[in-house]
Amino acid sequence: MQAEDVHKRFGRLHVLKGVSLEVTKRETVCIIGPSGSGKTTFIRCINHLEKIDSGRIEVNDHLIGYREKNGKLVEDSERNIARQRTQIGMVFQRFNLFPHKTALENVIEAPVRVLGAPKAQAVEEATLLLGRVGLGDKLDTYPGKLSGGQQQRVAIARALAMKPALMLFDEPTSALDPEVIGEVLTVMEELAHEGMTMIVVTHEMGFAREAADRVVMMDDGLIIEEGTPEHFFEAPEHERTKQFLSKIL
Amino acid sequence: MMHQLIVAIDWHVIWQRIFHPDNVFARALWATIYISVVAQVLGVLLGLLAALGRMSRLPPLRWISATYVTVFRGTPILVQIFYMYFAFSWPTLHIGGVWTIPDAAVAGIAALSINEGAYMREIIRAGIDSIDRGQMEAAKSLGMRYGLAMRRIVLPQAARVIIPPLGNEFNNMMKTTSLLFTIGVYELFADAQQKYSQTFIADYYIAVAFWYLVLTTIWTVIQASIERRLSASERGQELTFQERLVAAWNPVSAWARGAR
Repeated sequence: MQAEDVHKRFGRLHVLKGVSLEVTKRETVCIIGPSGSGKTTFIRCINHLEKIDSGRIEVNDHLIGYREKNGKLVEDSERNIARQRTQIGMVFQRFNLFPHKTALENVIEAPVRVLGAPKAQAVEEATLLLGRVGLGDKLDTYPGKLSGGQQQRVAIARALAMKPALMLFDEPTSALDPEVIGEVLTVMEELAHEGMTMIVVTHEMGFAREAADRVVMMDDGLIIEEGTPEHFFEAPEHERTKQFLSKIL
Repeated sequence: MMHQLIVAIDWHVIWQRIFHPDNVFARALWATIYISVVAQVLGVLLGLLAALGRMSRLPPLRWISATYVTVFRGTPILVQIFYMYFAFSWPTLHIGGVWTIPDAAVAGIAALSINEGAYMREIIRAGIDSIDRGQMEAAKSLGMRYGLAMRRIVLPQAARVIIPPLGNEFNNMMKTTSLLFTIGVYELFADAQQKYSQTFIADYYIAVAFWYLVLTTIWTVIQASIERRLSASERGQELTFQERLVAAWNPVSAWARGAR
Protein backbone atom coordinates (compact mmCIF):
# COMPACT_ATOMS: atom_id res chain seq x y z
CA MET A 1 0.00 0.00 0.00
CA GLN A 2 1.29 3.36 -0.94
CA ALA A 3 -0.32 6.69 -0.12
CA GLU A 4 1.08 9.92 -1.47
CA ASP A 5 0.16 13.37 -0.26
CA VAL A 6 -3.48 12.51 0.39
CA HIS A 7 -5.78 15.46 1.03
CA LYS A 8 -9.37 15.24 2.17
CA ARG A 9 -11.82 17.98 3.03
CA PHE A 10 -15.28 17.73 4.52
CA GLY A 11 -16.71 21.05 3.43
CA ARG A 12 -14.45 23.63 5.02
CA LEU A 13 -12.85 21.16 7.36
CA HIS A 14 -9.43 20.05 6.14
CA VAL A 15 -9.22 16.54 7.58
CA LEU A 16 -6.20 15.13 5.79
CA LYS A 17 -3.48 17.63 4.98
CA GLY A 18 -1.12 15.58 2.88
CA VAL A 19 -0.71 12.11 4.31
CA SER A 20 1.97 9.87 2.84
CA LEU A 21 2.51 6.34 4.04
CA GLU A 22 3.97 3.20 2.61
CA VAL A 23 3.16 -0.23 3.92
CA THR A 24 5.01 -3.16 2.44
CA LYS A 25 3.82 -6.71 2.08
CA ARG A 26 3.52 -8.73 5.32
CA GLU A 27 3.95 -5.59 7.37
CA THR A 28 1.66 -4.55 10.22
CA VAL A 29 1.33 -0.84 10.83
CA CYS A 30 -0.58 0.75 13.67
CA ILE A 31 -1.95 4.24 13.33
CA ILE A 32 -2.41 6.08 16.60
CA GLY A 33 -3.47 9.60 17.39
CA PRO A 34 -6.12 11.66 19.16
CA SER A 35 -9.68 11.61 17.92
CA GLY A 36 -10.23 14.03 15.08
CA SER A 37 -6.69 13.56 13.86
CA GLY A 38 -7.90 11.99 10.62
CA LYS A 39 -6.74 8.41 11.15
CA THR A 40 -10.17 6.84 10.59
CA THR A 41 -10.78 9.05 7.55
CA PHE A 42 -7.41 8.03 6.16
CA ILE A 43 -8.02 4.31 6.53
CA ARG A 44 -11.48 4.71 4.92
CA CYS A 45 -9.83 6.41 1.95
CA ILE A 46 -7.68 3.32 1.40
CA ASN A 47 -10.72 1.30 0.23
CA HIS A 48 -12.43 4.36 -1.19
CA LEU A 49 -15.27 4.54 1.32
CA GLU A 50 -14.23 8.20 1.30
CA LYS A 51 -13.21 10.06 -1.82
CA ILE A 52 -9.96 11.98 -1.70
CA ASP A 53 -9.49 15.53 -2.94
CA SER A 54 -5.91 15.13 -4.09
CA GLY A 55 -2.98 12.79 -3.83
CA ARG A 56 -3.02 9.11 -4.71
CA ILE A 57 -3.43 5.77 -3.01
CA GLU A 58 -2.20 2.53 -4.52
CA VAL A 59 -2.65 -1.03 -3.38
CA ASN A 60 -0.63 -3.71 -5.16
CA ASP A 61 0.45 -0.96 -7.57
CA HIS A 62 -3.15 -0.31 -8.60
CA LEU A 63 -4.56 3.15 -8.12
CA ILE A 64 -7.55 2.97 -5.76
CA GLY A 65 -10.84 4.63 -6.64
CA TYR A 66 -9.47 6.64 -9.54
CA ARG A 67 -8.03 6.21 -12.98
CA GLU A 68 -5.74 8.45 -14.93
CA LYS A 69 -7.22 10.33 -17.84
CA ASN A 70 -5.16 12.94 -19.68
CA GLY A 71 -2.86 13.24 -16.71
CA LYS A 72 -5.73 13.90 -14.34
CA LEU A 73 -7.36 11.58 -11.83
CA VAL A 74 -11.06 10.85 -12.38
CA GLU A 75 -13.19 8.61 -10.22
CA ASP A 76 -13.21 5.04 -11.45
CA SER A 77 -16.36 3.12 -12.38
CA GLU A 78 -18.39 1.50 -9.63
CA ARG A 79 -17.56 -1.90 -11.06
CA ASN A 80 -13.81 -1.33 -10.89
CA ILE A 81 -13.97 0.15 -7.41
CA ALA A 82 -15.96 -2.86 -6.23
CA ARG A 83 -13.38 -5.19 -7.80
CA GLN A 84 -10.54 -3.36 -6.05
CA ARG A 85 -12.33 -3.65 -2.73
CA THR A 86 -12.37 -7.44 -2.98
CA GLN A 87 -8.62 -7.20 -2.40
CA ILE A 88 -8.93 -5.04 0.70
CA GLY A 89 -10.56 -6.41 3.83
CA MET A 90 -12.10 -3.98 6.27
CA VAL A 91 -13.04 -4.45 9.90
CA PHE A 92 -15.20 -1.74 11.41
CA GLN A 93 -15.40 -0.30 14.88
CA ARG A 94 -19.03 -1.33 15.17
CA PHE A 95 -18.65 -4.72 13.41
CA ASN A 96 -21.41 -4.07 10.85
CA LEU A 97 -22.33 -7.73 10.61
CA PHE A 98 -25.44 -8.47 8.61
CA PRO A 99 -28.01 -9.06 11.35
CA HIS A 100 -30.39 -11.04 9.14
CA LYS A 101 -27.76 -13.64 8.40
CA THR A 102 -26.09 -16.24 10.59
CA ALA A 103 -22.37 -16.10 11.33
CA LEU A 104 -21.73 -18.61 8.55
CA GLU A 105 -23.98 -16.78 6.08
CA ASN A 106 -22.19 -13.53 6.89
CA VAL A 107 -18.88 -15.12 5.98
CA ILE A 108 -19.95 -16.89 2.77
CA GLU A 109 -22.09 -14.04 1.39
CA ALA A 110 -19.36 -12.17 -0.48
CA PRO A 111 -17.30 -15.17 -1.68
CA VAL A 112 -20.46 -16.66 -3.19
CA ARG A 113 -22.18 -13.51 -4.47
CA VAL A 114 -19.14 -11.45 -5.47
CA LEU A 115 -16.43 -13.95 -6.36
CA GLY A 116 -18.85 -16.59 -7.59
CA ALA A 117 -17.36 -19.35 -5.44
CA PRO A 118 -19.32 -22.61 -5.30
CA LYS A 119 -21.42 -22.62 -2.15
CA ALA A 120 -20.11 -25.93 -0.81
CA GLN A 121 -16.53 -24.70 -1.09
CA ALA A 122 -17.39 -21.35 0.49
CA VAL A 123 -19.09 -23.10 3.41
CA GLU A 124 -16.07 -25.33 3.92
CA GLU A 125 -13.66 -22.38 3.96
CA ALA A 126 -15.93 -20.28 6.12
CA THR A 127 -16.22 -23.11 8.64
CA LEU A 128 -12.42 -23.29 8.80
CA LEU A 129 -12.12 -19.52 9.20
CA LEU A 130 -14.74 -19.34 11.93
CA GLY A 131 -12.96 -22.22 13.63
CA ARG A 132 -9.70 -20.30 13.46
CA VAL A 133 -11.21 -17.29 15.21
CA GLY A 134 -12.62 -19.62 17.85
CA LEU A 135 -16.25 -19.63 16.76
CA GLY A 136 -16.56 -23.09 15.27
CA ASP A 137 -19.57 -23.71 17.48
CA LYS A 138 -21.42 -20.52 16.47
CA LEU A 139 -21.86 -21.13 12.76
CA ASP A 140 -25.65 -20.94 12.81
CA THR A 141 -25.94 -18.18 15.39
CA TYR A 142 -27.31 -14.78 14.43
CA PRO A 143 -25.15 -11.74 15.28
CA GLY A 144 -27.79 -10.51 17.74
CA LYS A 145 -27.05 -13.54 19.92
CA LEU A 146 -23.27 -13.03 19.92
CA SER A 147 -21.19 -10.90 22.27
CA GLY A 148 -19.32 -7.89 20.88
CA GLY A 149 -16.04 -9.78 20.88
CA GLN A 150 -17.59 -12.72 19.06
CA GLN A 151 -19.22 -10.41 16.53
CA GLN A 152 -15.93 -8.71 15.81
CA ARG A 153 -14.25 -12.07 15.29
CA VAL A 154 -16.97 -13.05 12.82
CA ALA A 155 -16.36 -9.72 11.07
CA ILE A 156 -12.66 -10.54 10.80
CA ALA A 157 -13.47 -13.98 9.39
CA ARG A 158 -15.89 -12.36 6.95
CA ALA A 159 -13.16 -10.04 5.65
CA LEU A 160 -10.60 -12.86 5.48
CA ALA A 161 -12.97 -15.02 3.43
CA MET A 162 -12.26 -12.76 0.47
CA LYS A 163 -8.55 -13.66 0.74
CA PRO A 164 -7.55 -9.99 0.75
CA ALA A 165 -4.04 -8.74 0.11
CA LEU A 166 -4.48 -6.04 2.74
CA MET A 167 -6.55 -5.83 5.90
CA LEU A 168 -7.75 -2.55 7.35
CA PHE A 169 -8.90 -2.33 10.96
CA ASP A 170 -10.77 0.78 12.02
CA GLU A 171 -10.58 0.92 15.83
CA PRO A 172 -11.64 -2.72 16.03
CA THR A 173 -11.76 -2.84 19.82
CA SER A 174 -13.10 0.62 20.69
CA ALA A 175 -16.71 -0.53 20.89
CA LEU A 176 -15.93 -3.60 22.98
CA ASP A 177 -16.23 -4.30 26.68
CA PRO A 178 -12.76 -4.47 28.28
CA GLU A 179 -13.06 -8.17 29.10
CA VAL A 180 -13.52 -9.22 25.44
CA ILE A 181 -10.91 -6.94 23.86
CA GLY A 182 -8.24 -9.58 24.45
CA GLU A 183 -9.92 -12.26 22.37
CA VAL A 184 -10.12 -9.96 19.35
CA LEU A 185 -6.54 -8.75 19.74
CA THR A 186 -5.30 -12.33 19.98
CA VAL A 187 -6.89 -13.13 16.62
CA MET A 188 -5.33 -10.02 15.12
CA GLU A 189 -1.91 -10.83 16.55
CA GLU A 190 -2.03 -14.31 15.04
CA LEU A 191 -2.96 -12.78 11.73
CA ALA A 192 -0.03 -10.37 11.90
CA HIS A 193 2.39 -13.16 12.79
CA GLU A 194 1.13 -15.22 9.85
CA GLY A 195 2.27 -12.42 7.58
CA MET A 196 -0.97 -10.66 6.69
CA THR A 197 -0.46 -7.08 5.59
CA MET A 198 -2.39 -4.97 8.08
CA ILE A 199 -3.13 -1.35 8.81
CA VAL A 200 -4.68 -0.94 12.22
CA VAL A 201 -6.14 2.21 13.67
CA THR A 202 -6.02 1.54 17.38
CA HIS A 203 -5.25 2.85 20.83
CA GLU A 204 -4.17 -0.56 22.05
CA MET A 205 -0.47 -0.01 22.64
CA GLY A 206 -0.17 -3.55 23.95
CA PHE A 207 -1.18 -4.82 20.54
CA ALA A 208 1.20 -2.39 18.86
CA ARG A 209 4.07 -3.69 20.99
CA GLU A 210 3.15 -7.32 20.34
CA ALA A 211 2.34 -7.27 16.66
CA ALA A 212 3.23 -4.04 14.90
CA ASP A 213 6.31 -3.58 12.78
CA ARG A 214 5.79 0.12 12.75
CA VAL A 215 3.69 2.72 14.52
CA VAL A 216 2.51 5.93 12.95
CA MET A 217 1.31 8.91 14.94
CA MET A 218 -1.24 11.21 13.33
CA ASP A 219 -2.25 14.61 14.56
CA ASP A 220 -4.39 17.26 12.91
CA GLY A 221 -4.46 15.59 9.51
CA LEU A 222 -0.76 14.83 9.28
CA ILE A 223 1.63 12.04 10.17
CA ILE A 224 3.89 13.65 12.74
CA GLU A 225 6.00 10.74 13.89
CA GLU A 226 6.81 7.26 12.69
CA GLY A 227 8.89 4.47 14.14
CA THR A 228 9.07 1.07 15.75
CA PRO A 229 6.81 0.37 18.72
CA GLU A 230 9.91 0.52 20.96
CA HIS A 231 10.69 3.97 19.71
CA PHE A 232 7.26 5.14 20.78
CA PHE A 233 7.52 3.52 24.19
CA GLU A 234 11.04 4.62 24.94
CA ALA A 235 11.83 7.81 23.15
CA PRO A 236 9.01 9.58 21.41
CA GLU A 237 10.31 12.78 19.94
CA HIS A 238 7.38 14.94 19.15
CA GLU A 239 5.80 16.94 21.93
CA ARG A 240 2.25 15.99 20.79
CA THR A 241 3.21 12.32 20.75
CA LYS A 242 4.50 12.49 24.30
CA GLN A 243 1.33 14.19 25.45
CA PHE A 244 -0.87 11.69 23.67
CA LEU A 245 1.01 8.64 24.92
CA SER A 246 1.01 9.91 28.47
CA LYS A 247 -2.77 10.01 28.30
CA ILE A 248 -3.37 6.53 26.91
CA LEU A 249 -0.59 4.53 28.55
CA MET B 1 -84.26 4.94 18.64
CA MET B 2 -81.89 1.99 18.54
CA HIS B 3 -84.88 -0.31 18.46
CA GLN B 4 -86.33 1.47 15.45
CA LEU B 5 -83.00 1.34 13.70
CA ILE B 6 -82.67 -2.38 14.13
CA VAL B 7 -86.27 -3.04 13.06
CA ALA B 8 -85.72 -0.80 10.05
CA ILE B 9 -82.93 -3.02 8.76
CA ASP B 10 -84.11 -5.47 6.17
CA TRP B 11 -82.42 -8.54 7.61
CA HIS B 12 -83.72 -10.70 4.84
CA VAL B 13 -81.81 -8.74 2.21
CA ILE B 14 -78.63 -8.88 4.23
CA TRP B 15 -79.05 -12.59 4.88
CA GLN B 16 -79.50 -13.21 1.18
CA ARG B 17 -76.47 -11.17 0.20
CA ILE B 18 -74.21 -12.81 2.71
CA PHE B 19 -75.24 -16.43 2.50
CA HIS B 20 -76.63 -16.70 -1.00
CA PRO B 21 -74.29 -14.73 -3.22
CA ASP B 22 -75.14 -14.97 -6.92
CA ASN B 23 -72.79 -15.25 -9.87
CA VAL B 24 -72.78 -11.55 -10.62
CA PHE B 25 -71.78 -10.89 -7.05
CA ALA B 26 -68.99 -13.47 -7.22
CA ARG B 27 -67.59 -11.70 -10.26
CA ALA B 28 -67.71 -8.38 -8.42
CA LEU B 29 -65.94 -9.88 -5.42
CA TRP B 30 -63.25 -11.36 -7.64
CA ALA B 31 -62.77 -7.98 -9.35
CA THR B 32 -62.26 -6.24 -6.02
CA ILE B 33 -59.69 -8.84 -5.00
CA TYR B 34 -57.61 -8.92 -8.16
CA ILE B 35 -57.68 -5.15 -8.62
CA SER B 36 -56.46 -4.64 -5.04
CA VAL B 37 -53.71 -7.22 -5.33
CA VAL B 38 -52.42 -6.15 -8.74
CA ALA B 39 -52.59 -2.43 -7.91
CA GLN B 40 -50.79 -2.99 -4.61
CA VAL B 41 -48.02 -5.07 -6.17
CA LEU B 42 -47.47 -2.51 -8.92
CA GLY B 43 -47.66 0.27 -6.32
CA VAL B 44 -44.89 -1.33 -4.28
CA LEU B 45 -42.69 -1.68 -7.38
CA LEU B 46 -43.32 1.95 -8.37
CA GLY B 47 -42.66 3.03 -4.80
CA LEU B 48 -39.38 1.11 -4.78
CA LEU B 49 -38.28 2.71 -8.04
CA ALA B 50 -39.25 6.14 -6.74
CA ALA B 51 -37.44 5.53 -3.45
CA LEU B 52 -34.27 4.51 -5.28
CA GLY B 53 -34.72 7.57 -7.52
CA ARG B 54 -35.04 9.73 -4.43
CA MET B 55 -31.69 8.46 -3.17
CA SER B 56 -30.00 8.64 -6.55
CA ARG B 57 -26.86 10.66 -7.18
CA LEU B 58 -28.42 12.05 -10.36
CA PRO B 59 -30.47 15.20 -9.65
CA PRO B 60 -33.04 14.63 -12.47
CA LEU B 61 -34.04 11.30 -10.94
CA ARG B 62 -34.48 12.96 -7.56
CA TRP B 63 -36.62 15.69 -9.11
CA ILE B 64 -38.82 13.21 -10.94
CA SER B 65 -39.29 11.26 -7.73
CA ALA B 66 -40.14 14.39 -5.73
CA THR B 67 -42.60 15.68 -8.33
CA TYR B 68 -44.27 12.30 -8.56
CA VAL B 69 -44.93 12.19 -4.83
CA THR B 70 -46.03 15.81 -4.64
CA VAL B 71 -48.53 15.47 -7.47
CA PHE B 72 -50.06 12.13 -6.59
CA ARG B 73 -50.26 12.66 -2.86
CA GLY B 74 -51.44 16.22 -3.28
CA THR B 75 -54.43 15.63 -5.54
CA PRO B 76 -57.64 13.64 -4.96
CA ILE B 77 -57.45 10.05 -6.04
CA LEU B 78 -60.90 10.33 -7.61
CA VAL B 79 -59.57 13.04 -9.94
CA GLN B 80 -56.63 10.80 -10.80
CA ILE B 81 -58.94 7.88 -11.56
CA PHE B 82 -61.15 9.95 -13.85
CA TYR B 83 -58.23 11.51 -15.65
CA MET B 84 -56.55 8.15 -16.14
CA TYR B 85 -59.71 6.59 -17.54
CA PHE B 86 -60.85 9.40 -19.80
CA ALA B 87 -57.50 10.79 -20.98
CA PHE B 88 -56.13 7.55 -22.38
CA SER B 89 -57.59 4.67 -24.27
CA TRP B 90 -57.04 1.47 -22.36
CA PRO B 91 -57.11 -2.03 -23.82
CA THR B 92 -59.27 -4.83 -22.53
CA LEU B 93 -56.89 -7.58 -21.48
CA HIS B 94 -57.53 -11.26 -22.09
CA ILE B 95 -55.24 -13.36 -20.00
CA GLY B 96 -54.94 -17.04 -20.79
CA GLY B 97 -58.24 -17.02 -22.61
CA VAL B 98 -60.19 -17.34 -19.34
CA TRP B 99 -59.59 -14.12 -17.50
CA THR B 100 -60.77 -10.85 -19.01
CA ILE B 101 -59.88 -7.50 -17.49
CA PRO B 102 -62.12 -4.77 -18.96
CA ASP B 103 -60.56 -1.48 -20.01
CA ALA B 104 -62.05 0.43 -17.09
CA ALA B 105 -60.45 -2.00 -14.66
CA VAL B 106 -57.11 -1.64 -16.42
CA ALA B 107 -57.37 2.15 -16.13
CA GLY B 108 -58.42 1.76 -12.49
CA ILE B 109 -55.46 -0.48 -11.70
CA ALA B 110 -53.14 2.03 -13.36
CA ALA B 111 -54.58 4.94 -11.38
CA LEU B 112 -54.58 3.09 -8.06
CA SER B 113 -51.08 1.72 -8.47
CA ILE B 114 -49.58 5.06 -9.47
CA ASN B 115 -51.28 6.73 -6.53
CA GLU B 116 -50.17 3.94 -4.21
CA GLY B 117 -46.58 4.18 -5.47
CA ALA B 118 -46.39 7.74 -4.17
CA TYR B 119 -47.32 6.59 -0.67
CA MET B 120 -45.13 3.50 -0.85
CA ARG B 121 -42.13 5.61 -1.80
CA GLU B 122 -42.20 7.30 1.58
CA ILE B 123 -42.69 4.00 3.40
CA ILE B 124 -39.88 2.26 1.51
CA ARG B 125 -37.54 5.21 1.91
CA ALA B 126 -38.19 5.32 5.63
CA GLY B 127 -37.46 1.58 5.73
CA ILE B 128 -34.17 1.96 3.88
CA ASP B 129 -33.22 5.00 5.96
CA SER B 130 -33.77 3.00 9.13
CA ILE B 131 -30.92 0.65 8.18
CA ASP B 132 -27.57 1.70 9.58
CA ARG B 133 -25.21 3.17 6.98
CA GLY B 134 -22.57 0.75 8.17
CA GLN B 135 -24.48 -2.08 6.49
CA MET B 136 -24.00 -0.57 3.06
CA GLU B 137 -20.37 0.23 3.86
CA ALA B 138 -19.68 -3.30 5.04
CA ALA B 139 -21.27 -4.71 1.88
CA LYS B 140 -19.27 -2.35 -0.31
CA SER B 141 -16.02 -3.10 1.49
CA LEU B 142 -16.63 -6.77 0.63
CA GLY B 143 -16.69 -5.81 -3.05
CA MET B 144 -20.45 -5.74 -3.49
CA ARG B 145 -21.88 -3.26 -5.95
CA TYR B 146 -24.74 -0.97 -5.04
CA GLY B 147 -27.50 -3.09 -6.60
CA LEU B 148 -26.31 -6.33 -5.05
CA ALA B 149 -25.81 -4.70 -1.64
CA MET B 150 -29.33 -3.25 -1.81
CA ARG B 151 -30.88 -6.54 -2.82
CA ARG B 152 -29.00 -8.84 -0.47
CA ILE B 153 -28.22 -6.68 2.53
CA VAL B 154 -30.27 -3.50 2.86
CA LEU B 155 -33.71 -4.35 1.44
CA PRO B 156 -34.16 -7.63 3.32
CA GLN B 157 -33.57 -5.73 6.55
CA ALA B 158 -35.70 -2.78 5.48
CA ALA B 159 -38.53 -5.21 4.67
CA ARG B 160 -39.14 -5.72 8.37
CA VAL B 161 -39.77 -2.02 8.75
CA ILE B 162 -41.71 -1.73 5.51
CA ILE B 163 -44.09 -4.66 5.84
CA PRO B 164 -46.34 -3.51 8.72
CA PRO B 165 -47.27 -0.18 7.05
CA LEU B 166 -47.44 -1.98 3.70
CA GLY B 167 -50.09 -4.23 5.20
CA ASN B 168 -52.07 -1.19 6.27
CA GLU B 169 -51.74 0.23 2.78
CA PHE B 170 -53.22 -2.93 1.33
CA ASN B 171 -56.07 -2.78 3.80
CA ASN B 172 -56.78 0.72 2.53
CA MET B 173 -56.37 -0.38 -1.06
CA MET B 174 -59.12 -2.97 -0.81
CA LYS B 175 -61.52 -0.29 0.34
CA THR B 176 -60.33 2.35 -2.11
CA THR B 177 -61.11 0.07 -5.06
CA SER B 178 -64.77 0.94 -4.39
CA LEU B 179 -64.11 4.30 -6.05
CA LEU B 180 -63.68 2.50 -9.36
CA PHE B 181 -67.45 2.02 -9.64
CA THR B 182 -67.46 5.66 -10.80
CA ILE B 183 -65.71 4.72 -14.05
CA GLY B 184 -67.84 1.64 -14.54
CA VAL B 185 -65.77 -1.14 -13.04
CA TYR B 186 -68.08 -3.85 -11.78
CA GLU B 187 -66.61 -4.49 -8.35
CA LEU B 188 -68.22 -5.04 -4.94
CA PHE B 189 -69.54 -1.54 -4.44
CA ALA B 190 -70.85 -1.26 -8.00
CA ASP B 191 -72.75 -4.47 -7.36
CA ALA B 192 -74.37 -3.00 -4.25
CA GLN B 193 -75.05 0.25 -6.05
CA GLN B 194 -76.85 -1.57 -8.83
CA LYS B 195 -78.97 -3.61 -6.43
CA TYR B 196 -79.94 -0.41 -4.63
CA SER B 197 -80.91 1.42 -7.77
CA GLN B 198 -83.17 -1.49 -8.72
CA THR B 199 -84.87 -1.80 -5.33
CA PHE B 200 -84.17 1.37 -3.30
CA ILE B 201 -83.33 -0.85 -0.35
CA ALA B 202 -80.37 0.79 1.37
CA ASP B 203 -79.52 -2.40 3.23
CA TYR B 204 -77.54 -3.61 0.25
CA TYR B 205 -74.91 -1.16 1.44
CA ILE B 206 -74.79 -2.83 4.83
CA ALA B 207 -74.35 -6.18 3.13
CA VAL B 208 -71.51 -4.90 0.97
CA ALA B 209 -69.86 -3.28 3.99
CA PHE B 210 -69.94 -6.69 5.60
CA TRP B 211 -68.08 -8.18 2.66
CA TYR B 212 -65.37 -5.52 2.81
CA LEU B 213 -65.06 -6.36 6.48
CA VAL B 214 -64.59 -10.02 5.58
CA LEU B 215 -61.82 -9.14 3.12
CA THR B 216 -59.97 -6.84 5.51
CA THR B 217 -60.29 -9.34 8.34
CA ILE B 218 -58.86 -12.16 6.25
CA TRP B 219 -56.02 -9.84 5.29
CA THR B 220 -55.41 -8.95 8.91
CA VAL B 221 -54.91 -12.63 9.69
CA ILE B 222 -52.52 -13.08 6.77
CA GLN B 223 -50.61 -9.92 7.70
CA ALA B 224 -50.22 -11.05 11.28
CA SER B 225 -48.73 -14.35 10.21
CA ILE B 226 -46.34 -12.69 7.75
CA GLU B 227 -45.13 -10.31 10.43
CA ARG B 228 -44.74 -13.10 12.94
CA ARG B 229 -42.57 -15.00 10.52
CA LEU B 230 -40.51 -11.90 9.72
CA SER B 231 -39.78 -11.15 13.33
CA ALA B 232 -38.94 -14.77 14.12
CA SER B 233 -35.19 -14.26 14.07
CA GLU B 234 -35.40 -10.82 15.50
CA ARG B 235 -35.60 -9.81 19.10
CA GLY B 236 -38.20 -7.34 20.22
CA GLN B 237 -41.88 -7.60 20.87
CA GLU B 238 -44.26 -8.94 18.36
CA LEU B 239 -47.99 -8.54 18.46
CA THR B 240 -50.02 -11.61 19.15
CA PHE B 241 -52.79 -12.50 16.76
CA GLN B 242 -55.38 -11.13 19.16
CA GLU B 243 -53.58 -7.83 19.68
CA ARG B 244 -53.23 -7.53 15.94
CA LEU B 245 -56.96 -8.05 15.43
CA VAL B 246 -57.83 -5.46 18.03
CA ALA B 247 -55.30 -3.05 16.57
CA ALA B 248 -56.62 -3.48 13.06
CA TRP B 249 -60.16 -2.74 14.12
CA ASN B 250 -59.26 0.12 16.35
CA PRO B 251 -58.98 3.38 14.40
CA VAL B 252 -56.98 5.10 17.11
CA SER B 253 -54.24 2.52 17.18
CA ALA B 254 -54.28 2.34 13.40
CA TRP B 255 -53.79 6.06 13.29
CA ALA B 256 -50.99 5.82 15.80
CA ARG B 257 -49.22 3.37 13.52
CA GLY B 258 -49.36 5.90 10.75
CA ALA B 259 -52.21 4.62 8.62
CA ARG B 260 -54.05 7.14 6.55
